[in-house]
Amino acid sequence: MVRNRFEEALDKLNNDLDVMGDLVTVAIEKSLTSLKNCDTDLAKQVIKGDHEVNEMEKSIERHCITLLLRQQPVASDLRLISTALKMITDLERIGDQAADIAEITLSYCETSRKENSFETTSKMAEETIRMVKTALKAFRDGDLALADEVIAADDRVDAYFDSIRDQVIQGMQDDIDEPESLVDVLMIAKYLERIGDHAENVAEWVVFSITGKHESIDDLHLHV
Amino acid sequence: MRKSSGKASGYDWFIRGIVYLATAITVSVLLFIIWHVVSNGVPHLKPSLFEWKYTTENVSMMPAIINTLIIIAVALTIAMIFGIGAAIYLVEYAKPGNKLVAIVRITTETLSGIPSIVYGLFGMLFFVTTLNWGYSVLAGAMTVAIMILPTIMRSTEEALMAVPMSLREASYGLGAAKLRTVFRIVLPSAMQGILAGVILGIGRIIGETAALLYTAGSTHRIPSSLFNSARTLAIHMYLLAGEGLHKNEAYATAVVLLIVVILINLLSNFLAGKLRKEYNQ
Amino acid sequence: MDNIITIRDFNSYYGDFHAIKDINMDVEKNKITAFIGPSGCGKSTLLKSINRMNDLVEGFHCKGTMMLEEQEIYKMDVYELRKRVGMVFQKPNPFPISIYDNIAYGPRTHGIRKKAELDEIVEKSLRQAAIWDEVKDQLNKNGLSISGGQQQRICIARALAVNPEVILLDEPTSALDPISTTKIEDLLNELKKEYTIVIVTHNMQQATRVSDYTGFFLLGDLIEFGDTDQVFSIPKDKRTEDYITGRFG
Repeated sequence: MVRNRFEEALDKLNNDLDVMGDLVTVAIEKSLTSLKNCDTDLAKQVIKGDHEVNEMEKSIERHCITLLLRQQPVASDLRLISTALKMITDLERIGDQAADIAEITLSYCETSRKENSFETTSKMAEETIRMVKTALKAFRDGDLALADEVIAADDRVDAYFDSIRDQVIQGMQDDIDEPESLVDVLMIAKYLERIGDHAENVAEWVVFSITGKHESIDDLHLHV
Repeated sequence: MRKSSGKASGYDWFIRGIVYLATAITVSVLLFIIWHVVSNGVPHLKPSLFEWKYTTENVSMMPAIINTLIIIAVALTIAMIFGIGAAIYLVEYAKPGNKLVAIVRITTETLSGIPSIVYGLFGMLFFVTTLNWGYSVLAGAMTVAIMILPTIMRSTEEALMAVPMSLREASYGLGAAKLRTVFRIVLPSAMQGILAGVILGIGRIIGETAALLYTAGSTHRIPSSLFNSARTLAIHMYLLAGEGLHKNEAYATAVVLLIVVILINLLSNFLAGKLRKEYNQ
Repeated sequence: MDNIITIRDFNSYYGDFHAIKDINMDVEKNKITAFIGPSGCGKSTLLKSINRMNDLVEGFHCKGTMMLEEQEIYKMDVYELRKRVGMVFQKPNPFPISIYDNIAYGPRTHGIRKKAELDEIVEKSLRQAAIWDEVKDQLNKNGLSISGGQQQRICIARALAVNPEVILLDEPTSALDPISTTKIEDLLNELKKEYTIVIVTHNMQQATRVSDYTGFFLLGDLIEFGDTDQVFSIPKDKRTEDYITGRFG
């Protein structure tokens, strides 16, 4: 293997990113499960688990900086490593948001008495989980089309948020006995929307690692 | 060539003419000598001249050829042992700046400038008379060995010095001692340069007359022992020409001598060329 | 930490010139240690002191201690030392004999004569040097008839053939093209599993790519020695920082 030491280090980087991605997607899942079942123990797990996500960010960051120092990467190698550095920031924020959702779950389960199916919220959460997984796959495979999918998916997440917001407003107008619960639902939706944005950022960095161009959602062109 | 206004000036032509003339004269002199010898000798080159036995009727040159080979062999053995040995000491073992090195160098340079007749006289006085070897192959070989010693030493020295230090370092780095390094790595690498010197030495021996006449003598038979006298090809030719009876055979011998000398020169040039190519890699 | 070479208060001189001053250093087993520093800083001198190649230089003398595991380097049998500590030089220097004989030279020197044994050693060494596939059908070819990068790998195989414990490399890739350089760097990374490697390099990027420990030398002194990561990211001495960032005059 040519540049075997470098190649081994890059493999480790990719594996660590996958692990971190798994950690945050599982956190999102668990936070939603704890919400639907009012499982406060599970919620507390998610909150504690964020510590591991933060540690992973630091360790991958150290690894990237060491790679820059030791291997003097250029071209696609350099883009790959700088993309990883940026991606972990977004992944870490996603982890934070999942923990925040779990926090709200704790207070929601205390105050709420009404049954809520959280149908739309669940769909929203599933979408964001799909986005994170797809973005990391796009990075791993260097797949531009997959990255574009993720960027497009954020619109759906935003649409879900709008729908939930409308439902909450309607709820406030119809039936005001549990204002705290409605506010909690809206906040949870907002966090999920933020998760969608961060996942979309990850996809933009993946595009950069492949093409060398970083375009934000404002001046977005879908690549063929 | 100086460029004037496109037309070569008369001055340029004049110089060119002189240079061409000089070359032509040099080459023609050489060609003349060769032509003269060959035209006078080849008609008289008979197979009988290569009979094993020399008789006064048939002045065969074969014994002389054999004798030449014998003397070359003995002289080379002696000269190579001492010449290569001394060169190895000077290059590989003596410390730089050692006064002995300077002394040896001056001695050898001087030796190579001494006229061969002086060697002949020395050989006669010392080997033939003082040591009482009489006119003998041994006396002749020893004398001629001393004559070519500086050449062998010089070319061996240069060949050894041309072997890059990095090869010796590589050998030491692998845990080899000096002796092994010199004999297994340095000497083999220097072999072609040494051979070039050896061939020069052979050339000198073949052409030698004065030194051998007074030491190896002029006996026409193939010697049965190293202490017998024996004439070489050059001496044979000299004697034939001197007698006045066998001028034609003398010419024939000269042709053979010429051929041998030319062959040796070609061989030496070929080896030198190969050497140059290898070291320019 | 398993140290295979320990150096204590080592000083060396060429005549009156004090080339290396009070070096204290350990070389860890199965790791790659790099010596860096500007020209004339003593890094090559120190390297050559380890296998006593400097003994060949007129006027060289030294004091202090250098240990190869339990034995003192300057007291042990020098031929035994050079069997245990091999060296690869800056300019590839294969002998002008066949590739096979090049590799077999070391083992033959140390008493191995049987052809079967030599065949095995030659193949093993060429495989370890990652060049067996390229030359296995040309073992009789002259060592000089191959490319520079291949010649250097032959020299590495030749050093491996005597089964050393330590391999010293003195700027081994400075005369080679980038691709050959990468091949040899990859090779060193593999070799450190079985051997200990000390490499002198004037290419700092090579030191960062290849080494586990780095020693920075300046005018005969060892200014700093440590983990390569630490030396190159947070050097302790300003002189080290100036050198590696290229602010040296």
